[in-house]
Amino acid sequence: MKSAIAALICGILFGLGLSISEMINPARVIGFLDVAGDWDLTLMLVMGSALIVTVVGFPLITRKAHPLLADKFSLPTKTELDMPLISGAVLFGIGWGLAGLCPGPALAGMASLEPGIFLFVAAMIAGQYIGIRLEKAFAR
Amino acid sequence: MIEPNVAGGLIGGALIGISSVLMLLLLGRITGIAGILTGVITWNKADGLSWRMAFVAGLVLGAVLYQLFVGPLPLQMQASGPLLIVAGLLVGMGTRLGSGCTSGHGVCGIARRSPRSFASTATFMVVAVVTVFVMRHVLS
Repeated sequence: MKSAIAALICGILFGLGLSISEMINPARVIGFLDVAGDWDLTLMLVMGSALIVTVVGFPLITRKAHPLLADKFSLPTKTELDMPLISGAVLFGIGWGLAGLCPGPALAGMASLEPGIFLFVAAMIAGQYIGIRLEKAFAR
Repeated sequence: MIEPNVAGGLIGGALIGISSVLMLLLLGRITGIAGILTGVITWNKADGLSWRMAFVAGLVLGAVLYQLFVGPLPLQMQASGPLLIVAGLLVGMGTRLGSGCTSGHGVCGIARRSPRSFASTATFMVVAVVTVFVMRHVLS
């Protein structure tokens, strides 16, 4: 229960952050990616600002024996640069460039009730199911 | 160049960073929206379902609060119809295969100095820039 409340509050902060920074707006995202057009550096400011906080904060936290509300840290353990990682990043990059939407802004954007966002989210969920199948095929 | 949203970008980015730091401090988790979503859609009770659902609810609630207290969500769709579906499928597949998106790899993974996250972020950034270039300046 405590961890759900903590996650809810973190989700709210994240959703507010995406809204205030306008990263919820595909036009801002495409504006950043369109280096040959009217370039918009907002995304770089957002990512830079977020990274200052995480780069300073993360090492201070992982030094602790365990997180405050859980027995242990659940962090990714893989280290090798493999085909699924790179091919996944390529597919994600194409999709991100086509619509200007990535998972966070798409989910938070549902608050706008814009029908296109729901279409994108439905396709993204279907895509994750396909991705899970592909992962299993890769693992074999 | 388009006028960047400097204040919004820096404040919103900091909120995203703070959310990620709090998730690590409290739950010991990486704030990767794609991964959190996967846990929800696969109904994975073994890896904690309630905090994931709470986070996604918070994400939407954050954008709702923005609409209530700040103003309408800035949201200009950049794709529609079949293109939006293709983009959503690619984002879903890519984030699953590539184990993460802009938040998990771009904000959290880089703070953990994960080589996989550096490789992923560099790859999806370059591919997205090329995709936008082709869509905006070659095909149109």
